[in-house]
Amino acid sequence: MKVAYFPGCTLKNKAKQLDDYAKKAAEALGVTLEEIEEWQCCGGVFTTACDEVATKLSSVRDLVAAKNKEQPLVTVCSACHNVIKQTNHAMQTNKEFADKVNRYMGEEPYSGETQVYHYLELLRDVVGFDAVKEKVVNKLSGKKIAAYYGCLLLRPNGVMKMDDPENPTIMEDFIRAIGADAVVYANRNECCGGYIAMESPDLAKKKSNAVIENAKAAGAEMIITACPLCKYNLIKNGADIPVVYFTELLAEALGVKEDTNE
Amino acid sequence: MNNKYLQEDLLRMSGVNPKKCMRCGKCSATCPAYDEMEYHPHQFVSMVENGDIEPLINSDSLYKCLTCFACVDRCPRGVEPAKLVEAVRLAAVRRQGANHLKADMVPDMLDDETPQQLIVSAFRKYSK
Repeated sequence: MKVAYFPGCTLKNKAKQLDDYAKKAAEALGVTLEEIEEWQCCGGVFTTACDEVATKLSSVRDLVAAKNKEQPLVTVCSACHNVIKQTNHAMQTNKEFADKVNRYMGEEPYSGETQVYHYLELLRDVVGFDAVKEKVVNKLSGKKIAAYYGCLLLRPNGVMKMDDPENPTIMEDFIRAIGADAVVYANRNECCGGYIAMESPDLAKKKSNAVIENAKAAGAEMIITACPLCKYNLIKNGADIPVVYFTELLAEALGVKEDTNE
Repeated sequence: MNNKYLQEDLLRMSGVNPKKCMRCGKCSATCPAYDEMEYHPHQFVSMVENGDIEPLINSDSLYKCLTCFACVDRCPRGVEPAKLVEAVRLAAVRRQGANHLKADMVPDMLDDETPQQLIVSAFRKYSK
């Protein structure tokens, strides 16, 4: 099957592996990620104020592009996913906001028709973790892996609806599907510090260290994430176990990692 | 600015109804930036409700919120304090020349691994 794909700015620069491995692995699972043409940056973070219109137009344009292709829209980066999904929700539920946005759009008004999937949801709900399991050629047996959700995949839950925001399982199920052991720890859905790294690196350090220490105390040998900023914060603040993108492990398990040009 | 109008504007922008708050303090208890803040999430709710807004607009606490949505999801009354913090922050940075992060400050904040996402997000939160 073919789906519309939104990579986002960081996946074309510092997080190229996240993008490359996502495409290669999807292909091996029978899904082609078709990058939407002339996509624009999602904006990085969603502004919750309902009178902020201009800052959300780029995300709406991406959603409209997927609607025009008659395909669901797949994202990989946690932040892009959060922004695009919250923007779509605002278009569905806030008529006044949607009306203002549509004055900037083409002839046909958009009201949130596009279905948005995070790559993990694509694996769980479309491909199926059982089907992923069958395609695994390099089982990562015995490897103790901690899933780091961070904030943006799960919250606000009323909009994201990915999983139980306090006791999520989607990433642990993913880890088990590729044959490894999932390490469950308390801080997996707490913030790494996010963009505070820009002006208060000490706060980011404190928050990231709490995640790393908590994962290690639970026996983790590796941490996986879907977010370039989480990865940056964890590594910069002294992670002494590998922090990798989940798509890299998926590509490795499916035996397509070596095809990827880094 | 007349506080009454500012207060109405903040409530309209954020969609928050501070009267729903039952003062349990769970928002502040779960806030990852609590230690760094002069005014905490529960205080944003009660101070906006009381029209005591100027101290919030002038406080650095606005720039400590990580927009992690922990207080939004964990509030038992659905008050969603982060949306109020965001509205006050916008009221601050929308003023002429009041950008908290300016472009010429950025080069010194970068290293070789800084993801683009970090710069974009910080600008979106701190500047207009």
